[in-house]
Amino acid sequence: MSDAALDMGKPAEEVEDISYLRAGHSLRSWFLTTDHKRIAILYLVSIVFFFLIGGAAAAMIRLDLLTPAGDLMTNEGYNRAFSLHGIIMVWFFLIPSIPNTIGNFIIPLMIGARDLAFPRLNLLSWYIYIVAGFIALAVVLGGGVDTGWTFYTPLSTMYANGMVAATVIAVFISGFSTILTGINFIVTIHKLRAPGMTWSRLPLFIWSHYAVSIIFVLATPVLAITLLLVAAERLFGIGVFDPALGGDPLLFQHLFWFYSHPAVYIMVLPAMGVISELITSAAHKRIFGYWFVAIASIAIAVIGFLVWGHHMFVSGQSLYASAVFSFLSVAVAVPSAIKVYNWTATLYKGDIMIDAPLLFALGFIGLFVAGGLTGLMLAMLAIDVHVHDTYFVVAHFHYIMVGGTVTAFFGALHYWWPKITGRLYNETLARIAAIVILVGFNVTFFPQFMLGYEGMPRRYHVYPPEFQLLQVISSAGAALLAVGYAMPAFYLLWSLKKGPRAPANPWGATGLEWTTSSPPPKHNFTQQPVVVRGPYDYPLEHPASRANA
Amino acid sequence: MSHGFFLWPVQASHHAKEVDLLIGGFGVMVWLLTLPVFILIAVFVFRYRTGRDANRDHASGSNVWLEVSWSIIPFLLTLGFFVWATALYFDLRRPPAGAMTINLVARQWMWKYQHGEGAREINDLHVPVNRPVKLVMISQDVIHSVFVPALRIKQDVLPGRYTTMWFTADRLGIYPLRCAEFCGTDHSVMGGRLIVMAPQDYAGWLARNRDGGESETLAAAGARLFRSVGCSGCHGAASTVHAPPLDGLYGGPVGLSDGRALIADDQYLHDSIMLPNKDVAAGYRPIMPTYANVLASEQVNALVAYLKDIGAGKPGTRQEDGNE
Repeated sequence: MSDAALDMGKPAEEVEDISYLRAGHSLRSWFLTTDHKRIAILYLVSIVFFFLIGGAAAAMIRLDLLTPAGDLMTNEGYNRAFSLHGIIMVWFFLIPSIPNTIGNFIIPLMIGARDLAFPRLNLLSWYIYIVAGFIALAVVLGGGVDTGWTFYTPLSTMYANGMVAATVIAVFISGFSTILTGINFIVTIHKLRAPGMTWSRLPLFIWSHYAVSIIFVLATPVLAITLLLVAAERLFGIGVFDPALGGDPLLFQHLFWFYSHPAVYIMVLPAMGVISELITSAAHKRIFGYWFVAIASIAIAVIGFLVWGHHMFVSGQSLYASAVFSFLSVAVAVPSAIKVYNWTATLYKGDIMIDAPLLFALGFIGLFVAGGLTGLMLAMLAIDVHVHDTYFVVAHFHYIMVGGTVTAFFGALHYWWPKITGRLYNETLARIAAIVILVGFNVTFFPQFMLGYEGMPRRYHVYPPEFQLLQVISSAGAALLAVGYAMPAFYLLWSLKKGPRAPANPWGATGLEWTTSSPPPKHNFTQQPVVVRGPYDYPLEHPASRANA
Repeated sequence: MSHGFFLWPVQASHHAKEVDLLIGGFGVMVWLLTLPVFILIAVFVFRYRTGRDANRDHASGSNVWLEVSWSIIPFLLTLGFFVWATALYFDLRRPPAGAMTINLVARQWMWKYQHGEGAREINDLHVPVNRPVKLVMISQDVIHSVFVPALRIKQDVLPGRYTTMWFTADRLGIYPLRCAEFCGTDHSVMGGRLIVMAPQDYAGWLARNRDGGESETLAAAGARLFRSVGCSGCHGAASTVHAPPLDGLYGGPVGLSDGRALIADDQYLHDSIMLPNKDVAAGYRPIMPTYANVLASEQVNALVAYLKDIGAGKPGTRQEDGNE
């Protein structure tokens, strides 16, 4: 209140300085806002909500798997639980997670813009996402769906009992939100860069979001078409995928993975952008191999479109197609490896602050490397034949999507939290949370690699008793992981009330977002920033480390 | 089979040993590439942590040769494993000529098998040891996937399309066989056992099952169906209907009325029975009715076995049919 009184006493020219959080307090000022920062907050609250729903489904799954007979749920109930978990987590949490929250907030700040190129489109994007989310919630309340998140035909079109059509329509609608965000990011990055912000001066976070926006725009329409065809076959019996109607079930798999493999890169590219920022800021050092890291993002986006067939090595796809897809899948690992090596080299001769963002970043690197290399194993044809559709695959993609993306999301949230909220959180608790998450994650998912190699198929409600020990360890790890994920909810919310006020640049980082106040004013900058240096322009030598300075 | 904890799945074929060797070798390479990175990260974070006195001079911002070498060397190493894994996979997809054929029909939520000698069974599959076995598989409803962990193999089973999988089990025993592709409510209990028997035991098992009512071979059952469901009415020698003769057909080329040509394999015969208008033989009108609602997949398999029997290299069988 006292601050507000002070503001009113200021001259009219400085009204611009009012932070975006205090530029209006009515519901209308939030729900009809076109400020990218407020829309980012709307997204943040929404995806956390969906994360909780998806997480609750995961908790039920892990509880149920404590016993081989699956005493908690029926077979049908279990199938609905893992379908719900996958659908909510992929489309309503992971895909919008970093781009629509951190990206929405930080991209204009990083490039020195007042907002995204199409502020009202940005708000529309959130509303479309919410409409889709409510339909998905209605499906949950109405009994759910039992196809898995992959909607394989003809199971989904002719045999499944659940609300398949409503679910695919929810995902179809959410796709428009994704496409609009992609268009908005691409135009913003092309047209709204501050004077002097050349392409070679773009932060790597921007490069990775540029790459992911290309995938948003090119891949999502394919998913939309595929899901419409599923709905058409299910509702009207139009034969596309069911052989009994003259269709081809493998056509569905080709179309679905043509979207869904690039979708994996939708989830991981923004995370890689986050890590480049966190590592350079913590090491207080220029990124090693800027152009290699930047171009690697684009290479991942492009090659990522050419590897979908590696999901189909045992599907009946032709021998030679499988060999080609296997080779391309080896190739797509190269740009990811380049990034990991460059992050490591960036730490060399740095001046490294070991705070929570760095711990999350290092956790990301470890888990992403494990997920990526097991992905390389899955690209090997003879290995995939054995571990395809087993827990090995489940562990692999959780290492990428949860160990990778969710860890990076938490890292990003901690790193930019002072900028977003203007408050500092408790650093000790944050470090503990980062370590609990890392340990909890590995205890949950490492046993699943072993389960898979030993022959435990995925999506099994009832399982052979010899797998019980590893399943129980995995469930225990999940409990620890839940504690780790819950911790930030407490100390971050606490910081909003009681946390010390954050300075404009608490990390001593480079980047335009740190030149404006925390939280930023409504139009981001009081003066148009002009860029005269490259990104990560930290001093090349460190005569005295920061602690001594 | 022990129900306790076990670390490594049992190996019941030469292929299983090769896959284990491959993943073991790959694992070693992965550790060799990864461990230095993890160690370096730990060393750097420790040595260059803020406040610690360290030499931070002349930190480089880029090094093209370093970038190229850490991209190319791991890629080339991985390509070696790619060649190895692909060679193994090609073997897996090419059954040897002398393999014994067993038909598999999958449906929600069971496996049904038809042995060439006539025995039929559900969920459990009996096979002889040290003999190549080829499964010719089709689904009656959704996609399933046969997975035998002890053999390190799996293959999806598709509706309306034959897929094949082959193996030579070299170790006697009983091994789990599971469905790996999510197929609906009872997916997780769609299981069975692969029972690998000594040749004489397998012969005995076949004989006992014949005594139990399955007195005819699969092809003989097909021959009986060929007459009873009406195939011979048009395709038999005495028929006045203008329909293609079927002996000597299997395995040979077929010209189609739209100008395409294909080989008369299991899939072609299956489709000609179930979707007769899909591939109409050149010189014939599309007058054959579909049997999609008449015949079960097992019956189609029996008919295909019969047609294979009177296929290329076995002329003369047809007269016997005509005499019937």
